[in-house]
Amino acid sequence: MAEPRIMDIKDQPGFRSIAIICLLVLYVPVLILMIFSLNSGSLVTHWEGVTLNWYGSAFLNEEFHAAAKNTLIISVTATIVSTICATLAAIGMTRVKPWRGLAAAFMVINLPLMVPEIITAVATLSFFALIAGAFGLNFGIGNLILAHTVFCIPFAYMPIRARLEDMDLTLEYAAADLYATPWNAFRRITLPLLVPGIMSGGALAFIVSFDDFTITQLVAGPGQTTLPLYIWNQIRRPMTPEINAISTILLMVSILFVSVSFLIARRRAK
Amino acid sequence: MTTAALSPTTISKAALFEAQAVKTSARRNRLLSLPALTIIGIFGVLPLVIICVYSFLAAAPYGGVQWHFSTDAYLNFLFQRDIFDDTLQFTPDFLIIYLRSFLFAVVTTVICLLLGFPTAYFMATRPPAQRNWWVLLITIPFWSNLLVRTLAIMFIIRDEGLINNALIGLGVIDKPITMLYTNFAIQLGLLYAFLPFMVLPLYSSLEKLDFRLIEAAYDLYATRRQVLWRVIIPLSKPGIIAGCLLVFIPALGAYVTPLILGGGVHLMIGDLIAQQFGSGRNWPLGCAQALILMAAVLVALFFYVRNTSGKVQHG
Repeated sequence: MAEPRIMDIKDQPGFRSIAIICLLVLYVPVLILMIFSLNSGSLVTHWEGVTLNWYGSAFLNEEFHAAAKNTLIISVTATIVSTICATLAAIGMTRVKPWRGLAAAFMVINLPLMVPEIITAVATLSFFALIAGAFGLNFGIGNLILAHTVFCIPFAYMPIRARLEDMDLTLEYAAADLYATPWNAFRRITLPLLVPGIMSGGALAFIVSFDDFTITQLVAGPGQTTLPLYIWNQIRRPMTPEINAISTILLMVSILFVSVSFLIARRRAK
Repeated sequence: MTTAALSPTTISKAALFEAQAVKTSARRNRLLSLPALTIIGIFGVLPLVIICVYSFLAAAPYGGVQWHFSTDAYLNFLFQRDIFDDTLQFTPDFLIIYLRSFLFAVVTTVICLLLGFPTAYFMATRPPAQRNWWVLLITIPFWSNLLVRTLAIMFIIRDEGLINNALIGLGVIDKPITMLYTNFAIQLGLLYAFLPFMVLPLYSSLEKLDFRLIEAAYDLYATRRQVLWRVIIPLSKPGIIAGCLLVFIPALGAYVTPLILGGGVHLMIGDLIAQQFGSGRNWPLGCAQALILMAAVLVALFFYVRNTSGKVQHG
C-alpha cells in the first residue's frame, strides 16, 4: 500500500525519457555498425541484403590473422603478468599493518589511471627510443607487452583489492586456530576466496589491453600491427563491410569479457 | 573471540600466529608489492621523468633529441623565432588549440552531466533486479573499444552516411550536409565516448542516497523542483565531482576522437602532441606540450582532492 507512494516521491518528471534517450544514443550507432557487417553489397552505406561473407573474407585475410595473432600475444601476456603482479600487490597492500611507503606505493600503482593516455604514449615512445639509442636494447614486441602491462596493473588491481577488503578476516583466524601455518592459511583460505576478484581483474586487464589504440599506435614498430591498428589502417582506404565485420568481432570480445567480469562481481555482492 | 577464550592452547596458537604475522608482515608485504611497483616504476614513472628531461633539450633534425640544454621547447609553445633577425614573435597557434580543447572538454562535461544525472537518478530509483540490467547496459559501452565506437559515429555522420541519406531520401535536403571533419563531429564524438564515464560514478553515489530525506522534504511542503535542487543534487555532490573529473580529464587529452572525426584539420591537444613525434619531428616540443597538458590535469585533480576532503570535514 505504501509502496506506490514511495516510488512516486522518488520520481522526477522527464528523467525516464532522458535515461531512455541516453541508452538509445549509446547503442544505436554501434548497432548500425554491426548490422552493416551483414550487408551483401560492397558499400558500407547502402543496404542490399543479408550475408555472412564479410566475416568469411575477414577470417581468410592474412593481414587480419597477423594482427589478431599480435593482439593475442600482447594481451594474453600482459594480462597474465599484470594480474599476478596486481594480486601480489593487493595482498601486500590491503588489510595490512601500514608499512613505510604504503601511501606512495598506492599512488604509483594508480598512476597509469591518472595520466592521460597520450602522455603515457609519448613518454613510453621516448623511453624505448632512449634505451634503443643508448644501450641498443629493443625487445621487439616485448616493448608493447611491457607498455600494456603497466596500464593493465591498476585495472587488475582494483577488483582484487575490493574483494580482499570485503573478505571475512575471521575465517583466517579460524584457520590459525586450527593450527594452519600462515602459508597454509593463505593457500587454503585466502587464495580460494580471492579467485573471483582475480578473475574479474584479469578480465578487465585483458579488455583494456585488447582494445588499446593510442599507446599501441605510438609505441608499435613495423610488423607489430594489432587489431585496433589494423582497423585504423583500413579506414584510411576505401572501406568495405569487412571493416564492420572486424569491428563487430572486437565489440563482441569486449562485451563478453565485460559481462564475465560484471557477473563475477555481482555474485560477490550477493 | 568467545570460542578462543575457551581453550588456552588456541589463544597461544593464535597469538603466536599474529605475533609472527606482525613481525614478518611489514617486510613480506613490501616484497609482495615489489613486482608491480618495479614494472610501473621502470616502464611508467621513468618515461615521465624522461619526457621532463627531453622538454629541456634541443630537437634533432630527424626526430629524437640532441643532448644540450635548451628552453626552446617552452619558448616555441608561445613564440616563433624569426629566421632573419632572431627576434621572438608571439604566435598563439598552440595556445588556441589548448583553449579549443579546454572548451571542447568543458562543453562535453556539462552536456554529459545534463544527460547523465537524470539517467543515473532514474537507474538508482529502479527496483534492484532492473537496476543490475541498467548498470550492465551502461558498463558495456564504458569498456567497449573506443576506436570502434568512434567509427560507428563516423559511419552515421559521413556525407554518404545514414543521416544524410535519410534526409535526402525524405527530400528535406538535396545535397549532403557536411558533418564529418568539423567541430560538430568532434563534439559529438566526445559526448558519445564519455557519457558512460559520467553515468557510472553518478549512479554509485545516487544509489546510496537516503530516500527518507526526500520524503522528509515533501512532508515539509517542498515542491518536486525544490527536492531536486535542495536535497538530491547537494547530496550527490561527490558523485557529480567524480563524474565531471572522469569526463573532463580524458576529454581534454582526447586523441582518437579528433583523429578520426576531426580528420587532422581540427586539432586537439592529443593530436598536437602526437604530431610532434610524427611528421612534426620536434620531440622536445611534444614533451613540453605533454607536460603542459599534465599540469592542467594536476590542477583539476587538485581541485578534486580539495573539494572532497572539504566535504569529509563538513559532513
